[in-house]
Amino acid sequence: MIRFENVSVTYEGADEQHQPTLREVDLTVPEGELVLLVGPSGVGKSTLLGAVSGLVPHFTGGTLTGRVTVDGRDTRTHPPRELADLVGTVGQDPSAHFVTDTVEDELAYGMESLGLAPGVMRRRVEETLDLLGLAELRDRPIATLSGGQRQRVAIGSVLTPHPKVLVLDEPTSALDPSAAEDVLAVLQRLVHDLGTTVLLAEHRLERVVQYADQVLLLPDGVMGSPAEIMAMSPVHPPVVGLGRLAGWTPLPLSVRDARRRAGELKARLEGLLPGAPAGLLPHAAPSRHRGSAPDPGPRTPDGLRPRPAGRFSAQAEDSAPPAIEVPGSGGRAPGFGKGRGGGLGLFKRRRVEPAPAPTPLALVDALGVRRGRVEALRRIDLTVTPGETIALMGRNGAGKSTLLSTLVGMIAPTSGTVRVAGRTPHTTPPRELIRQVGLVPQEPRDLLYADTVAAECAAADADAGAEPGTCRALVSELLPGVADGIHPRDLSEGQRLALALAVVLTGRPPLLLLDEPTRGLDYAAKARLVAHLRALAADGHAIVLATHDVELAAELAHRVVIIADGEVVADGPTAEVVVSSPAFSPQVAKILAPQPWLTVEQVEEAL
Amino acid sequence: MPPAVLRAPEASRANALHAGAWWLWALGLAVAASRTTNPLLLGLLVGVAGYVVAARRTDAPWARSYGAFVKLGLFVVFLRVVFSLLLGSPIPGTHELFTLPEVPLPDWAQGVRIGGRVTAEQLVFAVYDGLKLATLLICVGAANALANPARLLKSLPGALYEAGVAVVVAMTFAPNMVADVVRLRTARRLRGRPTGGVRAVLQIGLPVLEGALERSIAVAASMDARGYGRTAQVPAAVRRTTNLLTLGGLLGICAGSYGLLAAEGAGYGLPLLGAGLLAAMAGLRLGGRRTVRTRYRPDRWGIRSWLVAGSGVTVAVLMIWANAYAPEALHPGVVPLEMPELPLWPALSILVGLVPAFVAPVPKENA
Repeated sequence: MIRFENVSVTYEGADEQHQPTLREVDLTVPEGELVLLVGPSGVGKSTLLGAVSGLVPHFTGGTLTGRVTVDGRDTRTHPPRELADLVGTVGQDPSAHFVTDTVEDELAYGMESLGLAPGVMRRRVEETLDLLGLAELRDRPIATLSGGQRQRVAIGSVLTPHPKVLVLDEPTSALDPSAAEDVLAVLQRLVHDLGTTVLLAEHRLERVVQYADQVLLLPDGVMGSPAEIMAMSPVHPPVVGLGRLAGWTPLPLSVRDARRRAGELKARLEGLLPGAPAGLLPHAAPSRHRGSAPDPGPRTPDGLRPRPAGRFSAQAEDSAPPAIEVPGSGGRAPGFGKGRGGGLGLFKRRRVEPAPAPTPLALVDALGVRRGRVEALRRIDLTVTPGETIALMGRNGAGKSTLLSTLVGMIAPTSGTVRVAGRTPHTTPPRELIRQVGLVPQEPRDLLYADTVAAECAAADADAGAEPGTCRALVSELLPGVADGIHPRDLSEGQRLALALAVVLTGRPPLLLLDEPTRGLDYAAKARLVAHLRALAADGHAIVLATHDVELAAELAHRVVIIADGEVVADGPTAEVVVSSPAFSPQVAKILAPQPWLTVEQVEEAL
Repeated sequence: MPPAVLRAPEASRANALHAGAWWLWALGLAVAASRTTNPLLLGLLVGVAGYVVAARRTDAPWARSYGAFVKLGLFVVFLRVVFSLLLGSPIPGTHELFTLPEVPLPDWAQGVRIGGRVTAEQLVFAVYDGLKLATLLICVGAANALANPARLLKSLPGALYEAGVAVVVAMTFAPNMVADVVRLRTARRLRGRPTGGVRAVLQIGLPVLEGALERSIAVAASMDARGYGRTAQVPAAVRRTTNLLTLGGLLGICAGSYGLLAAEGAGYGLPLLGAGLLAAMAGLRLGGRRTVRTRYRPDRWGIRSWLVAGSGVTVAVLMIWANAYAPEALHPGVVPLEMPELPLWPALSILVGLVPAFVAPVPKENA
């Protein structure tokens, strides 16, 4: 269906040596296969995808040598619009994909361009609305949709002309786990039912690799079955990491396969306990972490605190009673849930003489935020103590970003109070506030105004009133080898994030907030980010991150707070929360359940 | 409560009013506004437009533009008064309010005055005039809020389709850019800079433009990949005829309008204009053969559309007629100053413009 013959792509002026972005790629994708493109950032995945739809080089410029044919049509002689009936393309950012303004029109747009009969269009729009579960949204303006809905609309809009080939660039990166499942389920249905050929690039391998028929590893251009490629790929999901660690062959790609093999590994791990990875435990959180010393003792799912009632149930050990009342629920109870082999004792002690409360960095009490008629947040209680890392999880549009915005004063609370370092964020002058709290927004670009890295750093120093050179030093530390004169827009996603992080850290805020920090990051960039954040946490910074990335949360967070529909539905230590809710549990936890392992790293250390 | 049949149905795509109907209605109100300077009548027009917008607008992004138009209208009134204060006015007046210091100007700038005497008459005139402009703007704003601009352009003939898409993309860009400005302004807080003020807007100007440019390139790529601009093969003869008809038609329209406006050409003006229009229409129709596009669920012009458009046209016609029977009530005197009064019949005819608030389908959110 898709053939690349000796294809190289060079963008002029990309760098001095005119390094080709793609070099001599030969590949054949048979009809009806789902092929996954794998490789670190910047190896030309997007270029390869663009070459299939003809956008490279017809639209982007650059020189393509060799031959690309799709269903026998040569992209050299067929511009993208002549391939529109054959190839459907969805780029990285679905919002940039939309031409019209309502869902139904968007679905029809491609068919209108191809000149299909009105009756056919109507039928296919209805079918696609059902296929993608968009029927409820048909009249909605696209601007009002959530990320997952937009992604589905974007996919739907290229499906309606019934293309034989579907090309997707990171379709699930911006989505919460369940929305990603939806999108992938749709893709699988297309491959199975309609025989559509799907070519997709994705960083979140843990989500997609099990669905792939073949995997293409760039930059080497090797194609093979997922198991073969994963055995040698430098980027791989945790399930493969665990499989490699345990020496399983063939490598399991899905949690289910892995679990069927895991018996022996589980037996070996029996009796061992996950040691916390370096940096996972904060130094400066005395009383909250009394119960979570490096050897936290056996844990079972507990500590989930249902809201809004001021009680939580804990099942520490088998003998513990199912529920324990804890009086008072204004602040959060320090030290709950992580009993050292006797959570009950801890609670009892707390009831008699409450531990001295640590000075919380941020205190959110009964917070409510309304936008127009929509209640974005309702009665949120949250306490952040120095040195702890909290992951905020929940589906797209649950209110995670709103909560973060409230903490930095970008949004004023409608009801309830927010205090950060004793101040009310939205009334504190920004100059003072940035020394207390910093937020790296979902789009780190929003923070960057200058046209060189050096100018950006100088501005950040001036803004924060820091010594000149502070920000630049941070940049060099987070992102070695970035030249002063480079434009922030020319940085890769990961580099830009690091720059924004450095800018925010210039004010040395004790509370650091990150909104979706791993969107668009490859595993290497993610690993670097994790290392930095751990170091910061060890340094006494409190970190709150809103993320869909369960693997990241498992690696980094001490506590997970799940928000749904503007309310906190779970709040507790990571191990307990993620293990007890399947949508948010990392792969390793699913494989080794009920044992409390979260990351490959933990398992590796224990063995 | 009227029987169910007479109550407006809940809006859906199937019973959506034709966007053109909303525009005709709003233009009707605008024409009416242009026929009077009576502030009470103008206020009534604004009230009618506002009521219909409040009753029938959706939650769509374009519907929020109404507030912006109202603000723009107020700004126009303000600006008109300021200019009148500064530059004086040809309106003779006897009620002097105060005198601004006058800037001495050289001889060659005769006839231009900066500062000087300010009279009540001139201010009232400026307010009336500004109010008229503001009402026009608010009527346009109402159409903007009620009619989906994209749907309006979808009703264009096929040959103009591509131009229409360009306009639609441009129009969806404006709100996106506004959203960008808001987002970037609030993001300034994260850098410890004040979020308000002119400096903030200036500093984020460049990033906003860069973002807009990037987005436009992305949209263009997406449109290309989705078949925008695919053309059908048409015989060379048809192509040539199309060009001939279109060009000839445009020439005819130009010459015809010139003839109509010039003093001596009234005889050949009208027929030439008509012929030009016909030729241009035929050219557009033929040109439409080149595009392979079809239309998905075009808006139908039904009875409700007739009622909405008709009500606007009625208001315009009645106001033009009112100019004949009650000119002095529609243009209250400025010199000498007199209290404007509300003439009964013109006021009632403006109320006809409320018809859409009862016949147009009700948006779901308000139902």
